[in-house]
Amino acid sequence: MSVELDVFVVNTTIMDEEVYQLWLDGYTVNDAVKVRMEGGVLEGCEASAEVLHSDTMDQYRTFQMCERLLHSPVKLANQLLFQIPPHRQVMLIERYYAFDSVFVREVLGKKLSKGTKKDLDDVSAKTGVTLKSCRRQFDNFKRVFKVVEELKGPLVENIRQHFLLSDKLARDYAAIVFFANNRFETGKKKLHYLTFQDFAFCAGQLISNWTVGALGDYNMVEDMDVDLEKEFLQDLKELKILITDRDLLDQHKSLVCTALRGKTKAFNEMEANFKNLSRGLVNIAAKLTNTKEVRDFFIDLVEKFIEPCRSDKWTAGDMRLYLTHYTNSAHVLDTFKHQVVWDRYMGVIKSCILKMYHD
Amino acid sequence: MPGKLKAKIVAGRHLPVMDRASDLTDAFVEVKFGNTTFKTDVYPKSLNPQWNSEWFKFEVDDEDLQDEPLQITVLDHDTYSANDAIGKVYIDIDPLLSSEAATVISGWFPIYDTIHGIRGEINVLVKVDLFNDLNRFRQSSCGVKFFCTTSIPRCYRAALVHGFVEELVVNEDPEYQWIDRIRTPRASNEARQRLISLMSGELQRKIGLKVLEMGGNAVVGYLQCFDLEGESGLVVRAIGTACTLDKLIPGSEIKEPVFSEDPTHPLSVPPTPLRTLPSSSSPPPFSPSKLCSRQSSSSDTDLSLTPKMGMGSGISVGKEAGPLKTLLRQQAQSALEQREFPFFTLTCFPPGFLVHIGGVVSARSVKLLDRIHNPDEPETRDAWWEEIRQEIKSHAKALGCHAVVGYSESTTICEEVCILSASGTAAMLNPRFMREGSVCVYSRFDDASPPSCGFCHIPYDEFNMPFPAQLTYCYHCRRQKVPDVLFTTIDLPAEAAVTGKGCLIQARLCRTKKKAQGEVNATAISNLLPFMEYELHTQLMNKLKLRCMNALFGLRIQISVGENMLLGLASATGVYLSALPAPGGIQIAGKTPSDLSYDQHISTMQKRINDTIAMNKELYNIHPPECIEEVVGSPIPDRQRSRLFRSTSESSDELSELDLSHGKKDAFVLEVCYALLRCLSIYLSLSPGFYSCNTEVMPGIYNWTSGLQMFTSVRVYRLNNANLTNQGLNKIFTDLCENLLKSLYFKLRSMIPCCLCHLNFTVAVPEEELIQVRRHTPKNTSPILFIFPINILVRVKEIKLCVFVCFPGSGENEEQLQFSMELCGESTSSNNQPTAKPSVSSVDYGSFADRCSTWLELLRLKAHTIRRGSVKTTSSSERCSPLPEVRSRSLRSTRSLPCGAPVTVVKMTPLSFLPRTRIVKYLGIINMFFIRETTSLREEGGVSGFLHSFIAEVFAMVRAHVAALGGNAVVSYSMKECVFMENPNKNQAQCLINVSGDAVIFVRESDQEAIPPLITCGQTSTTGADGTT
Repeated sequence: MSVELDVFVVNTTIMDEEVYQLWLDGYTVNDAVKVRMEGGVLEGCEASAEVLHSDTMDQYRTFQMCERLLHSPVKLANQLLFQIPPHRQVMLIERYYAFDSVFVREVLGKKLSKGTKKDLDDVSAKTGVTLKSCRRQFDNFKRVFKVVEELKGPLVENIRQHFLLSDKLARDYAAIVFFANNRFETGKKKLHYLTFQDFAFCAGQLISNWTVGALGDYNMVEDMDVDLEKEFLQDLKELKILITDRDLLDQHKSLVCTALRGKTKAFNEMEANFKNLSRGLVNIAAKLTNTKEVRDFFIDLVEKFIEPCRSDKWTAGDMRLYLTHYTNSAHVLDTFKHQVVWDRYMGVIKSCILKMYHD
Repeated sequence: MPGKLKAKIVAGRHLPVMDRASDLTDAFVEVKFGNTTFKTDVYPKSLNPQWNSEWFKFEVDDEDLQDEPLQITVLDHDTYSANDAIGKVYIDIDPLLSSEAATVISGWFPIYDTIHGIRGEINVLVKVDLFNDLNRFRQSSCGVKFFCTTSIPRCYRAALVHGFVEELVVNEDPEYQWIDRIRTPRASNEARQRLISLMSGELQRKIGLKVLEMGGNAVVGYLQCFDLEGESGLVVRAIGTACTLDKLIPGSEIKEPVFSEDPTHPLSVPPTPLRTLPSSSSPPPFSPSKLCSRQSSSSDTDLSLTPKMGMGSGISVGKEAGPLKTLLRQQAQSALEQREFPFFTLTCFPPGFLVHIGGVVSARSVKLLDRIHNPDEPETRDAWWEEIRQEIKSHAKALGCHAVVGYSESTTICEEVCILSASGTAAMLNPRFMREGSVCVYSRFDDASPPSCGFCHIPYDEFNMPFPAQLTYCYHCRRQKVPDVLFTTIDLPAEAAVTGKGCLIQARLCRTKKKAQGEVNATAISNLLPFMEYELHTQLMNKLKLRCMNALFGLRIQISVGENMLLGLASATGVYLSALPAPGGIQIAGKTPSDLSYDQHISTMQKRINDTIAMNKELYNIHPPECIEEVVGSPIPDRQRSRLFRSTSESSDELSELDLSHGKKDAFVLEVCYALLRCLSIYLSLSPGFYSCNTEVMPGIYNWTSGLQMFTSVRVYRLNNANLTNQGLNKIFTDLCENLLKSLYFKLRSMIPCCLCHLNFTVAVPEEELIQVRRHTPKNTSPILFIFPINILVRVKEIKLCVFVCFPGSGENEEQLQFSMELCGESTSSNNQPTAKPSVSSVDYGSFADRCSTWLELLRLKAHTIRRGSVKTTSSSERCSPLPEVRSRSLRSTRSLPCGAPVTVVKMTPLSFLPRTRIVKYLGIINMFFIRETTSLREEGGVSGFLHSFIAEVFAMVRAHVAALGGNAVVSYSMKECVFMENPNKNQAQCLINVSGDAVIFVRESDQEAIPPLITCGQTSTTGADGTT
């Protein structure tokens, strides 16, 4: 005797969140049954493994049928095939678009192309995330990217509108899209210590301060949140005066040192390294007009600034103190005319470095 | 020109991509009614077309209005080749023809294709202008209301109950026409769907005419069935109860319904014209095996003994009630005599309607199918049913009853053999309900027999019992006699006094039979039937006693024929009626007392049985009052205890052979041991917190929550061993059913405490040749049998529902299920009844917190969307993205969520009511038939994947139709037919599903005055608003 057909259909779709997670994580039906057994679902129930298997199959089928709808979540709300309570819909969407931070860390900044998709088995082997799950996550990134790529308006908002994601998740996706679009390098060894959340925070800073949309100017310019503002990048070149003009550099240094003296243990190192560090930061700014250099933005930050500081054993407090004074002192320099650009630049740099300055 | 039908095609959405090159579709719509077709313009290059067509007007006879569905076809325009069909929508406009039902059909319908399933949705508006037609000779019956519900619909009052109506229409099955060899599967499926839709319409119209003729205005308990007889044709038949219903104005006093004795219609049920028995042209009836539980062998002679004008002999049964009873009988008899069949398809009655219940009456007959020669004169089929009904009637008379309630008919077909079955409950009805004006005379009678036990009192007289029964004085009123057990097909009367809770009781049985053809086969089957029925009854009786219960309600016995086996499945809800005596225990007798070890075995068995009974008493909370002893006194002799229904087969009069009360019990004892062992093992492990029954409500449980869930489950098993014995098969079959129940308990474990109500099992043994999908294969099907030479498919299929039981503290549960209401911004006061039940529900704080956070999230999102919407109204929306829809929705209504709730939540339930709600309006009957076929079975996830999506699609279409009528629920929903065929080798499968129910609007009891929640707001306005953005 064998079960040939076994279906169970409800009017108001029942979904077990645990099974949904197993499905999302790419477990096969048999593996999922094993996990559920070990999890003890059968305790207290007079049910056999067969029952569990049949239940798991039913749920998997439902999820598979829902998957098509989840690709365009707006459809999920007004489709007629499944009657799903709204709070369940939110859960389905949110979980479907959730991703593993280990996985996203691997593909962050990579081109969301077929080539990358082909390499997913390596990523899967490396991260321990099942290939199926990797594919889903990758396809999600790609789908979101494709939809918002050509849309006008603020990035986060577009993602939230089209994919009905929570604010947090929409911001994360915005970061992923932003990184993929600008192809920031994140895979270098030196950057390995940074988590996705570090990058997501930085992306948020960049999006809200350095893009066209950042100015609050919603003039129907395409990609206004996805690309850095060209004019601003041009203006950044002007900052070079801070390191090329000797007087200005000395003046800047003395102002900063005066302010810092006695406030930190690392003062000596700060004083000694000031010129190097300042050169590093200003050079990064000046090079950003070059797309290639934009990609190296984070690696530059680490190499030119974070690593020297770390070797000098600055504390996070030292860092904050230094950057605050470094930024503010420039305002006092009378010959330095680019205060607005400077603030716009240093505001982001400061928060990024502070976020990235950890072990 | 009696009617004008108007249809308007508004828009489409989520259409499939028909043009690979552009990834878009150039869609247009054809609207067809009868022979008239209109077309919309082509809406180029869009998956969300906005046709906004003019009103297409059809001027038609109301006869056509009743028969024909409105047919909407969505097509993709193709300049160079033929236009491709995307899919169709059939809309039954019958609900629009009654003034009290729906007035407009408006909403999104899934576009359905028999090959691809649902492909997008279309928004349609339909209206009907009816002109009054006073033609006496009209063929239409517009305005007659139909209800699937087997009780008087909740917002009506039965002014008169006229009685039984039946009709059947036959036609050739398009699948078997010669043209089917050359047309595409799609065309064939559509022809079939359309034909069945037409036939259903015609059937309803004809039944409606009969109702009008009787002076009624509605049909309650409308039961329509299809017999797919294969080559010999397609039969659509229906039965129902004609009534005159008055709409209740809320607040007005409910008057007692009255039975009609309409003097102007002496023959109020005009039978189908031809009642002559089949002549030589029709196949001979094969020793129709008749069976009647609790009925004497000589039912036919009884019939003749019964004087025409009632039991004039006036044998006193009770004490003072005796003469009254006789009088009552006379009254009722004369009222009912004029009806050819005093049958009622109702299972639930107004208080006082039922006087006494006799017991279950059933009749079966085995027939050989033959091609229907003349579809316009379906005499043969009519004659068959006529015969069966006569038999039922005579059985009822034998039980001293003049009416049959809870009546239903069914068929099972295997190749050319067809078993027709009918069953019901013989009953006496109160003459008060028969004749207006004579009410006062019998009012005293009611005092004599309190409603809580009156129906249990025997209707037959004590000294002339139709079958041996142990009579005792009623435990409730102590005035009249009651039997020791009571089997019925109706629901438990609301006023009945019950001890403890009820439970689902099933008897399952398999019998092998030899493969045979034609008459031999039919004879073999009819010889087996009485044995099967007898054994099912034995099992039921034993299981009932094991649970310490004494009555069965909602009994439904299903017998299915396969090529080499017969399956019997009896389901019922057991209860302990306080009025009936406590059931005796079960004694096992050994066959050879000399064998010591055997004796020991017997005694341990006996102990286990006794333990189980004791445990079940606890489980079902059955604690009958201690006065039992005084009447029962001495232990009941073994003989009577195991006395069972005698089955009678008209053809073989050797009753003694089956009568176990007279010796010959060896086989029986073994059977009992076997059956009991199974019961013991199963019911010890019953999951706590789950209750199940197959009646509308669970006896003994009164605190329902409004949360409910309906589900359908289908399973097909393949039996590998062809040489199975009866016993082996029995075990397998029982295991299947038990596993299914266990599986359900597991799936629904998060809903504990809950109750599965109206648990409805259907079994079928598909013919092996059905394994192949018939189309495009030679009609000669014999070679295909070798694919599965020794396999048998057993299918267990059921439709069920689960209702929540509300215990204090389970408000959480309830809330979780009220998603629809919550979202409408209505405050849901989860009015927990202050019941004294111990709190069993586990309050899951974790999930509650989860939900809270989800809620916050939702609210936040909502706020966001609204804000965004207002910011973005200036932006152009030439992009074809779903964005405009979202935006407009969020702008329009603050109630809708970001993920939107534009789709009306439609509840579905096989019950005739929704707990804790009030039905305010019946919108019309839903009766739909769908065919789905695939030629890429593997790609669709195998048979399970295919059927899963098909059932989901059927649900979706039912919900869409209800929502379009303005309703928010389907009650009395049932899946009448689910025929599945597959051919894995060809990667093909085909499935037919027929569903029915009543579309209603309900309101929660707490906010009765409120307008039903957001009925169509998201439906009609979405498209309109889109244009403005």
